[in-house]
Amino acid sequence: MIPELGQLSLILAFSVALIQAIFPLWGAAKNNAGYMALARPSASITFAMLFLAYLFLSWSFYVNDFSVAYVAHQSNSMLPLFYRMGAVWGGHEGSLLLWVLMLAGWSACVAWLSRSLDMAMVARVIGVLGLVMVGLLAFVIFTSNPFDRLFPVPAEGRDLNPLLQDPGLIFHPPLLYMGYVGLAVAFAFAIASLLAGKLDAAWVRWSRPWTTIAWVFLTLGIALGSLWAYYELGWGGWWFWDPVENASFMPWLVATALIHSLAVTEKRGAFKNWTVLLAIAAFSLSLLGTFLVRSGVLTSVHAFATDPSRGVFILILLAVVVGSSLTLFALRAGAVAKGGHFALFSRETLILLGNIALVVATASVLLGTLYPLILDSLNMGKISVGPPYFDAVFVPVMIPAMVLMAATPFAHWKEAKWSIMARKLVFPALLGMVIALVTPFIMGSGNFLTGLGLFLAGFITGSVIQQIIPTLRSGRPGMSFWAMQLGHLGVVVFAVGVTMVSTWEEEKDVRMEVGQTVTVGGYTFKMIGLEQVPGPNYSATRGTFEAVPTKGGKMLHLYPEKRQYFSSTMPMTEADIDYGFTRDIYVSLGEPLDDGQAWAVRVYYKPFVSWIWGGCVVMSIGGLLAVIDRRYRKLIKSVKPSSADKVAA
Amino acid sequence: MKAKFLIPLVVFLGLVVFLAIGLTRDPREVPSPLVGKPAPAFQVPELLDSNKTISNEDFKGQVWMFNVWASWCVACREEHPLLMQLARTTDIQLIGLDYKDKREDGERFLQTRGDPYRRIAFDADGRVGINYGVYGVPETFIIDKKGVIRHKHIGPITPEALQNKILPLIQQLRSES
Repeated sequence: MIPELGQLSLILAFSVALIQAIFPLWGAAKNNAGYMALARPSASITFAMLFLAYLFLSWSFYVNDFSVAYVAHQSNSMLPLFYRMGAVWGGHEGSLLLWVLMLAGWSACVAWLSRSLDMAMVARVIGVLGLVMVGLLAFVIFTSNPFDRLFPVPAEGRDLNPLLQDPGLIFHPPLLYMGYVGLAVAFAFAIASLLAGKLDAAWVRWSRPWTTIAWVFLTLGIALGSLWAYYELGWGGWWFWDPVENASFMPWLVATALIHSLAVTEKRGAFKNWTVLLAIAAFSLSLLGTFLVRSGVLTSVHAFATDPSRGVFILILLAVVVGSSLTLFALRAGAVAKGGHFALFSRETLILLGNIALVVATASVLLGTLYPLILDSLNMGKISVGPPYFDAVFVPVMIPAMVLMAATPFAHWKEAKWSIMARKLVFPALLGMVIALVTPFIMGSGNFLTGLGLFLAGFITGSVIQQIIPTLRSGRPGMSFWAMQLGHLGVVVFAVGVTMVSTWEEEKDVRMEVGQTVTVGGYTFKMIGLEQVPGPNYSATRGTFEAVPTKGGKMLHLYPEKRQYFSSTMPMTEADIDYGFTRDIYVSLGEPLDDGQAWAVRVYYKPFVSWIWGGCVVMSIGGLLAVIDRRYRKLIKSVKPSSADKVAA
Repeated sequence: MKAKFLIPLVVFLGLVVFLAIGLTRDPREVPSPLVGKPAPAFQVPELLDSNKTISNEDFKGQVWMFNVWASWCVACREEHPLLMQLARTTDIQLIGLDYKDKREDGERFLQTRGDPYRRIAFDADGRVGINYGVYGVPETFIIDKKGVIRHKHIGPITPEALQNKILPLIQQLRSES
């Protein structure tokens, strides 16, 4: 009964989404206030219906209703409740439902928080979101229904993939989807402005906080995914350039460019077409990512169970959504008014250069991700593109971007003076050089890239200090100022983490018996013992290790596990990590050797690795500060009945 | 309308064409010209004992699984636990080919991680691999009693591929005369 109610809610949501897609857009085109007025209630009802559907699906997981095929595939009666709730989005169907629910949530937020906005604009934005929703809901209902029944009913479910049974991975998809779907709002604003044929300051002001908050979610989602890969896969790596990682990284890069380009458009009225194009591109890349992950065109560790009909459906959806948006762009972009003029050397130009660096980086990641597919399509053989390619193309593009990050804040709008900038950049450059020279000296080794990475980190830090001090003297800077400084400092923290760990990490892969020791990164590790421990739905072999700093100091204990889940044939590695501010100590169990007499053990010393995720958190806090800036709060709170009335009249 | 505003659309349409073609292919399914053909002959030293040689002729009359690996290959490490389990729980004739590797590295790989193979061919210069059309490591061939390649798996063997394809195929091939 409950699954049927869920099915019904889905169908109702689809019907209301059709209303949301058709009438407000029609009303905005024909200036019919009655039709436009349907925008807000239909967005709210679609959200309510999808929320109900989601609750019904969760209920089926809660009561272990294995007559629902999706529950039987993803869950098991021995699975702890916490993971059963997470298992709702552990597979293709449920995660897609979550995607659509979040899209409905975002469009409901737009409906509730847009009182000060022109009604025709609201109607267009909600209508565009409605169109996207109709497409995705059709995808859910016709190819990926989570409420399909299974007959005969199995006595037990197949269980959630053990790799996913982890708190990090429970929160990773919702954060990531919030980001992907949040970009749909920026996209809808861009399309609405193209439809209206005008791109004014109000549009830009409105898009900015939505884009930033989506970017914050995306940043945290990607960081959490990376952290999960680090501790769960047992290899100590934090980024693999896997197609699915790339699928989330490309929208992030474009969204980062979009945030900066929006700032220029708001302040100077420039780059309007470019900003619109970026908004379209960011969401298009989210959809492309969805296609890559769920159609099975690329091999990936993340790949969902694939089904060709789904791939065709998403490809059509992608072609329609992106194709029509870009057609609209081609038709209307010329009509959008020109912005303020600026000299060749100005803050505008420098931000544009930064934008280009980000877009080039995106293009190279896209090329690397799709290259195997393109070659295969041309019958030129099958290849795979790995980290060497991505490192080789991505890092060089990021270096100028980071130089620009430090220098651009000192350039004036309209026309910048090199002499002023050069003076301000003396201190950052000196700080960079000192850090780049002193650190390798302390560590006793280093190479050119290490020096470059550390120099850039010091250069940006110096630039931030150089901006903060005069600003503090001249008064209290706004939230946006702090947002920008934190955002850039986040990049510094991240860059330090990457540089340190890639230069000075140590790893050993050894055969160990109880009582044997190995020395890695200034710690001596000793295997103390091995024991069998039961878990709720697995049994594990747990190793006990002591780690003693060779220079003396506190002894650490580490307990890595090798788990055998009852539902799976594949053993799972649970590394144990002693997290630290300046280093992580990482031990994971490989394979039993000689009938369990000894084990293959992997021991890692990872200097500053936590800074990689810490940097992402700092960037996200920066983004949050930008969103809570007073300007936008005013925008949301102030009810301006006059503008709405004008349209209604 | 200026032509430059059409560029994004044109690029995107080109992309869609490739995606559409890509959709009709299975990235894991490589149409190997070798499937259905006799396994290429080889005679090379064994990895763990350079005085002994190993040849495809040694396995005539048996169904065997020929796994190409190397110590430098990260995906092989991923695959390795499954092979260990296969060796422990089944009687499959699992033969390894250490491809373009250094002898010491290959030996050390097996010492620290365990050795799932019945025997291992050592292919230092990669000639055996080339004859078998290896373009990525790991790759796994299933070869029947007559010495004919019946299946090729590209990339690490997944538990699903093992359960759904490889183990049933081996069962079937064993019952063939």
